[in-house]
Amino acid sequence: MHDILQIIGRPTPKIDGKIRASGKAVYGHDIVLPNMLYGAILRAKYPVADIISIDITKALALPGVISVITAGDVDVHNISYKRDHPILKKGEVNCIRDEIAAVAAVSKETARKALNLIKVEYRVKSGIFDPLEALKVDAPQINKFFKGETNKNIAHAFHYEHGNLQEWKDKSFCIVSRRYNLPRVTHCCLGTCAITADYSTLDKRLTLYSVTQVPFLYQRDIAHALKMEPSDIRIIQPVIGGGFGSKLDMYPYEPICALLSMKTGQPVQIVFDREEEFLASPTRQTMVIDLSTGADKTGRFTFREVQIIKDNGAYTSWGATTPFVMMQTFSSLYQIPACLFDSYAVYTNNVYAGSFRGYGNPQATFALERNIDLMAQELGMDRAEIRLLNANFPGETTGQGLTYHTCGHKQALETVIEKSGYIQKKSVKSPGRYKRGIGFGSMLHVGGGAKIYRSDGCGTTVKFDAYGYLTIITGSTEIGQGSETVLAMIAAEELGIPLDKIKVINTDTDVKPWDVGVHASRTSFVAGNSLLGAVAQLKKKISPKAAQMLKTVESGLDYRSGLITARQTGASIKIDKVIREIHFNAPNELCVANYYYEPGSQFQDKNYMGNVSGAYAFAAQAVEVEVDTYTGNVKVLDVYVAQDVGKVLNPLGLSGQIEGGVVMGMGYALTEELLMEEGRILNPNFHNYKLPTAGDIPNIHFFPIETQDSAGPYGAKGVGEAPLIPTPAAIANAVANALGVEIDSLPMTPEKVLKAWKKTI
Amino acid sequence: MPNLHTITFTLNGRKLQKTIPASTMLLNFIRDELNLKGAKPGCEEGECGACTVLIDGEPVNSCLYLAVNIDGKEVTTIEGLSLTGDLDPVQNALVQHGGIQCGFCTPGMVMTIKAFHTECRSQNLIPGREQIKKALEGNLCRCTGYTKIVEAVEALFER
Repeated sequence: MHDILQIIGRPTPKIDGKIRASGKAVYGHDIVLPNMLYGAILRAKYPVADIISIDITKALALPGVISVITAGDVDVHNISYKRDHPILKKGEVNCIRDEIAAVAAVSKETARKALNLIKVEYRVKSGIFDPLEALKVDAPQINKFFKGETNKNIAHAFHYEHGNLQEWKDKSFCIVSRRYNLPRVTHCCLGTCAITADYSTLDKRLTLYSVTQVPFLYQRDIAHALKMEPSDIRIIQPVIGGGFGSKLDMYPYEPICALLSMKTGQPVQIVFDREEEFLASPTRQTMVIDLSTGADKTGRFTFREVQIIKDNGAYTSWGATTPFVMMQTFSSLYQIPACLFDSYAVYTNNVYAGSFRGYGNPQATFALERNIDLMAQELGMDRAEIRLLNANFPGETTGQGLTYHTCGHKQALETVIEKSGYIQKKSVKSPGRYKRGIGFGSMLHVGGGAKIYRSDGCGTTVKFDAYGYLTIITGSTEIGQGSETVLAMIAAEELGIPLDKIKVINTDTDVKPWDVGVHASRTSFVAGNSLLGAVAQLKKKISPKAAQMLKTVESGLDYRSGLITARQTGASIKIDKVIREIHFNAPNELCVANYYYEPGSQFQDKNYMGNVSGAYAFAAQAVEVEVDTYTGNVKVLDVYVAQDVGKVLNPLGLSGQIEGGVVMGMGYALTEELLMEEGRILNPNFHNYKLPTAGDIPNIHFFPIETQDSAGPYGAKGVGEAPLIPTPAAIANAVANALGVEIDSLPMTPEKVLKAWKKTI
Repeated sequence: MPNLHTITFTLNGRKLQKTIPASTMLLNFIRDELNLKGAKPGCEEGECGACTVLIDGEPVNSCLYLAVNIDGKEVTTIEGLSLTGDLDPVQNALVQHGGIQCGFCTPGMVMTIKAFHTECRSQNLIPGREQIKKALEGNLCRCTGYTKIVEAVEALFER
């Protein structure tokens, strides 16, 4: 069907690139509506305290202040995945993010001034900031809205197992057990949280200009929070300044903004400054991972036993469900006959964790890949050999029931082993101050959506106008990842029209068909398949007329270069002429078509067994580092990435995802940590929270592995999260290799590395 | 009453006069008073570079620069680079080389590169990769991993 592709597979600049380059793209920060007010939120002064009184009189009296609201003024439901999160807090605060009051005023300055005039009297209490403390029998219940299932402070527990653990333990020749600690990091989207709410008191409808990455789930959530009908809420997504999972949940500031608009009858805008962004937007879960892994004498893996304690913070977000993904890595990355997995998201009075690109997988992969190096060491095996021996393979159905119709794991490993020059480099010792090392990491991630919601589908409408321009109305969302461009490329490929005659509409829930949202690296796969379905329907309308006009059969038509051509005769006709013929002649029909695509994946059963994704993505990375043994500084020199992407759709967008992911993983590995003390954030700014800069970047060598998965569009699989996942593991293995030390936590700060090094000398 | 100052300046080639409080920051002045939304508030404390504009050709973090100080000077914002309808070569290079994902850092990145490019050109210098990276260190990007941005800058000098 796709013998010679015209556009797919060719480097294609983003179709929305020019508008973003010119400063004309409208982000949430840039929206100004007539009569708009500015909102601001008063947050807790102490992480844990009783609120004795709130006095808003002075704030209300400030000229320019239109409204001040507290919990007593609103009739709302709790929000969050476990409905354990009050939008405005009443009687007590349990986290330094807690929202106590909100102001709407005529200017940002007035709103901020008003916050300072709100007087809150607190009775300060001691809190629990360590999940292990929260698990103790005498610990108080941290979230009173939570109905404890197993334990008063366990927000979410997962238990998974396959195989006979004891039998495989007995068969093990070597067993490695370690504890790993993973830090709190945050997304640092360059565009901070922003929302504009516009409530119409006339028709009781609410329009939200929101940066959500899951507009339809968000519409439902916000309706529940505000006790409204979802259909009375319209979500318009302005250009989104970065997502990375941070916009998967709805947070209190969003319904608060809506409430201010409802109270005032005016549009209200809330934009976070950077400090508020660090304070009040979600984080990746901190984790303590206890992992035991075994291998037999030949190096074949035997079992994995893992227990994970995650710091949930004071409320529960989607992030509590990251074990869905983590257990896949433990159960199914490399061949593994037996696995026992338990995880506990534990309430504390820390800031709550959310979802972040990779969804628990960078943490799981870090622990797993560290243990593999340690097992290789104990067995006296080569680190590359042991990975190749245990690699996943096509046709494999794992203990958890994941079925790998295609699998480029082994090929990815072979590629990075070869390209990194590992064989030549591994025996070279660096005698001086600077020590070099190479490390490996693999990864498994869903690559064809993930069936965790009632539908994992996406709807698409395509419509041709009378001049041959195509509008794609897709349920999916562009958050910078380039999916809009991939969709336009697919339509261009299938209909033979140029990219500049294609428009993508994807920002309005009143217009676009349903989609579950941007997550699980699913957009190109799911929205791509949905578009292919819609285009096929469209062609069913166009082809009969074109065949009639060209005096040929429908199956003998080619769509190319704006023409429809009869293969047999070579006669052709402009596509827009056919469209007009259909439109303006009886029986007068528009060239519009719809399609809803649902991936052929399964829901997992209560034991988490089942083939949850339409396809699976694999990758291997090899990283070479140079460590300064005087300072502990780690320089990442080269990163070799081989990733099973199924099929390359847009090489330019693809390598952009790879490079961005690797550098994000590097930040997680080396420099990033949101430091907390007694529930307070110590470094809420870019000066002390260290993101990688241009000066830090390594040479990134990318080798796509094309396994042509028949489930994906043109054979493609999901890409977006994957490149971040193995990077921290591979860097840690490289540092361990360079210095002959153990690395059991991130970030590998110079201080930590130096300490480990000094232990060896 | 705030301490008001009348300033005269050139904005993207046009001469303007405005009376503003002494405490107004240039970024707020550009975004809220002049209604040019291209320069972005990424951190408003001089760390991220998303608000970079040119003052007499020099890149500055407009979030830390008092607007009264543009009196008598020439200010170029991102909007000033594509006045003729075509993208500036810097903008075009970023688009063509895939240096833009979410795009929030892009206006500031473009202005930094524009100043760097002009400076190098005036000295007949073709910078190496490390010099380019150094020049971009004040502009944070969370999406691209910088590689394609560096490649775009390299391409600018290859012409």
